[in-house]
Amino acid sequence: MTGVDVLVIGAGPAGLAAARAARTAGARVVLLDASDVLGGQYWRHPLTGARDADVRALQHQWPRFVALRAALTDDPDCEVVTGAQVWAVDRRDDAPPVVHVLTGPADGGDRPRRVLAPRAVVLATGAHERTLPFPGWDLPGVHTAGAAQAMAKGEHLAVGGRVLVAGTGPFLLPVAAGLLHVGATVVGVVEAGSLRRMARGWLAPPYRTRPAVLAAKSAELGGYVRALAAARVPYRTGAAVLAAHGDSRVTSVTVSAIDEDWTPRPGTGRRVAVDAVCVSHAFVPRTEIAVSAGCALTADGSVRVDATQRTSVPGVYAAGEITGIGGADLALAEGEVAGRAAAGRATAGGNVAGGDGGAAEVRRLRNFADRMHRAHGIRPGWRSWVEDDTVVCRCEEVTAGRVRAAQAATGTRGLRSLKLSSRAGLGICQGRVCGRNLEELLPEVPLDAGRTANRPIVVPVRLGEIATPLAPPPATPPDPPVAPSVEREASP
Amino acid sequence: MEGAQVVVVGAGIVGAAVARTLAATGFRVTVLDRGASAGGTSSGGEGNLLVSDKAPGPELDLAVLSGRRWRELAAELPAELGPDFPDVEFEAKGGLVVATTGAGADALRAFAGRQRGAGVDARELTAAEAAALEPDLTPRVTAAVLYPEDAQIQPAVATEALLASARRHGARVRQGVTVLGGVVSRGRIVGVRTSAGHLGAEHVVVAAGPWSAGVADRFGVRLPVLPRRGTVLVTTRMPHRIRHKVYDADYVGAVESAAAALQTSSVVESTAAGTVLIGSSRERRGFDERIEAAVVGELAAKAMVLFPFLADVPVMRAYGGFRPYVPDHLPVIGPDPRLPGLWHATGHEGAGIGLATGTAELIGALMAGTEPAIPAAPFAVTRASLEEVTTG
Ligand SMILES: Cc1cc2nc3c(=O)[nH]c(=O)nc-3n(C[C@H](O)[C@H](O)[C@H](O)COP(=O)(O)OP(=O)(O)OC[C@H]3O[C@@H](n4cnc5c(N)ncnc54)[C@H](O)[C@@H]3O)c2cc1C
Ligand SMILES: Cc1cc2nc3c(=O)[nH]c(=O)nc-3n(C[C@H](O)[C@H](O)[C@H](O)COP(=O)(O)OP(=O)(O)OC[C@H]3O[C@@H](n4cnc5c(N)ncnc54)[C@H](O)[C@@H]3O)c2cc1C
Repeated sequence: MTGVDVLVIGAGPAGLAAARAARTAGARVVLLDASDVLGGQYWRHPLTGARDADVRALQHQWPRFVALRAALTDDPDCEVVTGAQVWAVDRRDDAPPVVHVLTGPADGGDRPRRVLAPRAVVLATGAHERTLPFPGWDLPGVHTAGAAQAMAKGEHLAVGGRVLVAGTGPFLLPVAAGLLHVGATVVGVVEAGSLRRMARGWLAPPYRTRPAVLAAKSAELGGYVRALAAARVPYRTGAAVLAAHGDSRVTSVTVSAIDEDWTPRPGTGRRVAVDAVCVSHAFVPRTEIAVSAGCALTADGSVRVDATQRTSVPGVYAAGEITGIGGADLALAEGEVAGRAAAGRATAGGNVAGGDGGAAEVRRLRNFADRMHRAHGIRPGWRSWVEDDTVVCRCEEVTAGRVRAAQAATGTRGLRSLKLSSRAGLGICQGRVCGRNLEELLPEVPLDAGRTANRPIVVPVRLGEIATPLAPPPATPPDPPVAPSVEREASP
Repeated sequence: MEGAQVVVVGAGIVGAAVARTLAATGFRVTVLDRGASAGGTSSGGEGNLLVSDKAPGPELDLAVLSGRRWRELAAELPAELGPDFPDVEFEAKGGLVVATTGAGADALRAFAGRQRGAGVDARELTAAEAAALEPDLTPRVTAAVLYPEDAQIQPAVATEALLASARRHGARVRQGVTVLGGVVSRGRIVGVRTSAGHLGAEHVVVAAGPWSAGVADRFGVRLPVLPRRGTVLVTTRMPHRIRHKVYDADYVGAVESAAAALQTSSVVESTAAGTVLIGSSRERRGFDERIEAAVVGELAAKAMVLFPFLADVPVMRAYGGFRPYVPDHLPVIGPDPRLPGLWHATGHEGAGIGLATGTAELIGALMAGTEPAIPAAPFAVTRASLEEVTTG
């Protein structure tokens, strides 16, 4: 293959749909994902030997995935690279960024390095989970719901025998259902949103969501609800896990009623015996590549896009969870729009047909996502769950008390200064896990809020892997016709 | 003049040090920063307090004075601020400069000899002695010089500590307030205009780091301070294997050079937390915040020349800032005769953390009308080497 018209980063629902749409429009495509398998979070599955029964129980729209995967991997004009970690991107003024990739197992020897300079890029890097801290959340046995789900889907293993699932959002349901399927006893699903707030959020006008979309969504969620009901899993709203107890690992949790602001109702705490807890409160768009590429973000930290999924940087498109959390259907729809638009730009028109190409579908699904956020958004009362000795930054083991004391001592209104004086957020996760929580724990909105999104090194990489003094970036070919634009570099 | 109202523009390390000294001298000080405290260059670099990279001359004199004051402060500040104040992580660990080529060795020995002549403690080591001090150092050492006076500090915490001390002496620190210009009456400053209204002031000290030219411009004077991009890498935590601040001898050349293109030279050091900092690049590209893979790759390569074991160590972060530099590579410190009441304390390039204390002492003496510990004339905005740029 000679030139890259469209580079798609991330092969979850959004990236797969984007790659497919770009190919349909006639562009040559490279699709990269850091994982060893395609499918992203939604279609996470074992590298080999997914059993039909597991697929039926754990996967949704699996035939759609299989069709997408086959269409892309069988296509000579689409290069699919798994185990491909984008570790840096160089923003350019007049062209999409140059993308730096390491391929192969992260713990292997020197990973081959690759540098790509495509005509258009689709960013589809998804989201990571946000978990709110509470006393004991750093005990072994307390997991993020996503990690539990990934273990169930990817390895068919349960994180524990007696498991409580807690947090907020429709995501709790598939996690609980997945745990049941892999043999755990789910002792309850605890949803922080109150019934009133959930009803207000889900039912508020305008009703742009098509009944068919709602029906499909409800069928998926309904399937989970039936699975939970059949196993007699209690589902409780307006409550939260306020503490996890245990010496070397969690043995019980305190579940309390909370009000609409998520402030605990005194005297309602009750102990529940468990050997694992799965918590999930929100998803945070994984935007480091977008930020390095120069893409503007919205106030809530997702990548800003227009109706054709175009970001603020010419030639860079974004789709899926990085443009705002909205679920797999929205990711698929956005991916399709983004792939077409990127192909249109890269091939100066190409075979991009008329019509709105799915933009209306994206709008309808966004409306659905907005309802979800109104029903399940994090409320400020969570801050009262945090005690002075609650760890807020797990990498550096920094407690809330230390953060508050450093803020009081220095009087700074800056997150950067506070991180340096408390060490919160300076560890290996670089604030991906704790950044938002830290920001919200401060008495005032920090004057440099949002700066933590800037992480030029996307993931930790060994110095030896990136150390070869690099040749100047390969030139982006002038608009079509095409010259070679992929370069392989020998490993150092 | 004591008791007079002073506005310091900028809550970086230089503004913080100046505010503390002036407040302690009896001036009524207000520090204004458009952003958060320690949110600019002072938290975007490293915290080396160096004499090793300075050639004999006024900057070395300032570095020596500043180093002495830092040592005193390292004891005074914790005593003053109490045990709950975050640690400034002062470490008098010494610097080790090594050359790995024949030409580099000659240049390093010549430079160290000139420094010794000016009173710097610069001890030439054999390769074996260097290896004893730093067991993981490359065996390819062709010359090594130990500078016991080099030290290190956490620059953001140091900035906050100086500000906290200034507050204890009565200074006010206001964050999120932008200085928009001066209020001038009969040819001298009587106040400043800010995003939060007017403020009376007899003196205004520009300590706005790389943005100082823009601030001076709002007061109607030209000040040749330009940004020079720098990038630093941070590794994940690991057991301490690097004991001193270790530089390759190119560092000396890069500091003195005026070339615009990318230059890197290695400065490798462990922090108290166990991460290793690898600095740093020097590029002239305005206020362009991009950090490019090529820069990161070159920093990594040079660090591995000094410490080959680093090849297997993960780097988790690249960050950087803009060194405030003046074309003749000396800071501008003192009053500006073009507008009575206006002062400058800026342009420290890659040494503002180290030079902040001496700078504060000069400003304090000049404003109080006492004799400074070292001559102030070389730092005056009116110096001959700046004539073209300040009047043109
Ligand atoms: C942990 C987790 C579990 C989930 N489980 C469910 C579920 O069970 N049911 C459900 O309905 N929804 C679930 N969701 C939500 C659902 O997965 C998303 O709505 C959907 O996957 C979004 O698709 P996407 O393409 O935007 O992102 P993703 O599916 O997250 O895909 C992003 C892809 O980008 C890749 N990537 C990211 N950064 C880089 C990089 N630097 N270099 C190379 N590749 C990179 C990742 O490896 C990943 O494969 C889950 C979400 C998460 C985070
Ligand atoms: C990569 C790198 C490595 C470095 N390493 C070292 C080192 O090891 N040792 C060393 O000594 N030095 C080092 N330096 C240099 C040192 O960081 C700087 O010289 C020093 O921080 C400058 O401090 P400052 O207070 O002058 O500026 P800053 O810290 O930038 O503070 C200036 C402040 O002015 C504020 N401001 C600007 N305009 C206005 C306005 N109109 N109104 C109000 N406020 C305003 C800004 O918000 C900012 O907070 C390094 C620099 C870099 C970039």
